[in-house]
Amino acid sequence: MKFTSLLASAAMALGLATSAMAEDKTKVGFVYVGPVGDGGWTYEHDKGRLAVEEHFGDKVETVFVESVPEGPDAERVMTQMALEGADLIFTTSFGYMDPTINVAKKFPNVKFEHATGYKTADNVSVYSARFYEGRAVQGHIAGKMTESNIVGYIGSYPIPEVIRGINSAYIHAKKVNPDVEFKIIWAYTWFDPAKEADAASVLIEQGADVILQHTDSTAPQAAAQEAGNVITFGQASDMSEYAPKPRVSSIIDNWAPYYIARTQAVMDGSWETVNTWDGIKEGMVEIGEISDAVPAEVKEEALAMKAAMAAGEYHPFTGPLKKQDGSDWLAEGETADDGTLAGMNFYVEGLEGDIPQ
Amino acid sequence: MDLGEINPVLLIASLMVAATPLLLAAIGELVVEKAGVLNLGVEGMMIVGAISGFAISVETGSPWLGFIAAAIGGAVLSLLFVLLTQFALANQVASGLALTLFGLGFSALLGQGYVGVKPPSMGDIHIPLISDIPVIGPILFQHDPILYVGIALTAAVWVVLKYTRVGLILRAVGENHDAAHALGYKVIKIRILAILFGGACAGLGGAYISLIRVPQWTEGMTAGVGWIALALVVFASWKPWRALLGAYLFGGITVLQLNLQAAGVAIPVEYLAMSPYIITILVLVILSADKSSAPASLGRIFHASH
Repeated sequence: MKFTSLLASAAMALGLATSAMAEDKTKVGFVYVGPVGDGGWTYEHDKGRLAVEEHFGDKVETVFVESVPEGPDAERVMTQMALEGADLIFTTSFGYMDPTINVAKKFPNVKFEHATGYKTADNVSVYSARFYEGRAVQGHIAGKMTESNIVGYIGSYPIPEVIRGINSAYIHAKKVNPDVEFKIIWAYTWFDPAKEADAASVLIEQGADVILQHTDSTAPQAAAQEAGNVITFGQASDMSEYAPKPRVSSIIDNWAPYYIARTQAVMDGSWETVNTWDGIKEGMVEIGEISDAVPAEVKEEALAMKAAMAAGEYHPFTGPLKKQDGSDWLAEGETADDGTLAGMNFYVEGLEGDIPQ
Repeated sequence: MDLGEINPVLLIASLMVAATPLLLAAIGELVVEKAGVLNLGVEGMMIVGAISGFAISVETGSPWLGFIAAAIGGAVLSLLFVLLTQFALANQVASGLALTLFGLGFSALLGQGYVGVKPPSMGDIHIPLISDIPVIGPILFQHDPILYVGIALTAAVWVVLKYTRVGLILRAVGENHDAAHALGYKVIKIRILAILFGGACAGLGGAYISLIRVPQWTEGMTAGVGWIALALVVFASWKPWRALLGAYLFGGITVLQLNLQAAGVAIPVEYLAMSPYIITILVLVILSADKSSAPASLGRIFHASH
């Protein structure tokens, strides 16, 4: 009996010691859909994680798991993180939405932040960036620069975030070039360099001289470079290693300020469920340097559009706009509300093909 | 919809390119499995081949040296598998999985300095005269040399397995290692050579992705091709030409479905996206209706004392 009580007290002491240690540091977990070296989406999230470490120094501990498939396996990874004492977990892909909600139910004291989704709970916030603002700039440059009038677009999955990007790019390309046509390929992957490169090559073979991508690796850039005379845009990250051509500009996701602010909120105990959707104005979406391959006047117009969005004077979805089936969507001067944008599941007028359901 | 936008010549040419990494890896694994060893580390060996080939060709400026380095890289990684399964007699499935995990991590480490670097181009061979034949020329005779290496390797493996004494011994080891041992064949030695060959082929396949198909280095860029190669070997009933057929079907339909999507064909994209898997499996399953089955000693551990 003496022995068992000794054991018990030792165990208790150990337990106390570890929980005391855990209280010293705020533990922040990150779940990534691709490898941190993808050069795009996940790379930028990991830069945000490193910024958190740098900002808080010894006060935080960060952990991450990369290349986590969207689906049940993600639930296992999140559960593991929560069990290991994470206080705050960022799940950084759309497909983690339901797993995040499920795991959050089991761990009411852990805070969760899901990127690009729309389901919230008492301990689940969502955050995303208004990438479509950047797509408007890309669409403008694409419309001005295409000579074949064919723009290739590599989509990942048919989810609102990607559809918004296609619509926004198309509207602004069409505005400056009424003859422009979009060819869209759904890759059904976020990260598969070989497939992304194949998709880019196919689009180029079918006449596209501008490639827009909504997948995470730099493979389409490499394919465009190989093909010559094609322009591309960096996605999620600057991808400046392919500048000045094929990459002529980019959308850069800057997550660092948000990650730091949310970690701070957990430390202060002021964390609340929020629905953050920031754009160029707040600095969450940045436009990478427009290279010299773009004519000076086009560059100027693009920068002016960016400035107008930053000042809140221009909304990329401003009427008159119709849906693909010809029905009215936005009247003259009307701008789209966030609810419609968040759940966008239709093409605007002029785009061809159907959205896979 | 405008099917006229699809250029059949470019389509067939690019499907051969898309199929080659898969073919190289599958042929290597086929020989390994014929020798009675199940190496699930194909993905790991491919990605290590991808980075070693990429690194060496960037450093030396020669894609040829890169491919040689990739073969060596893949083979060296497979040595780890040899050590675990042939000497330590560890479980082959677990060791193979470990090899893949290790390869993915190790390649990411090696590749730190190579992100965003452009590799030297290998260029295509234009075989004089026949490459100028319209249609057939661009389809068949204007490719990079490694693509032909893949086809030649398939033919060589078929000949060796079917018609030579070496092939007979290899198959004997795979079918019944105790009998082969009793006949005086060095089971372990033959298996080691087979595993090294498999590693070298997988390495070549990986380097084909990083040097020709994409061409760039990105972490995890093989993205599951190794697993497809493994499945392909089984569905091809361990027959080299069927593996080639399967690889070309899979690569071909992958490229074809992208083409159909871009041309706006009114087939739901979901069906197009799953078509490479379904059609390849269907065709190979129908073909394998004959009596061919797995090597009898596949995955079993051999020790001379048994």
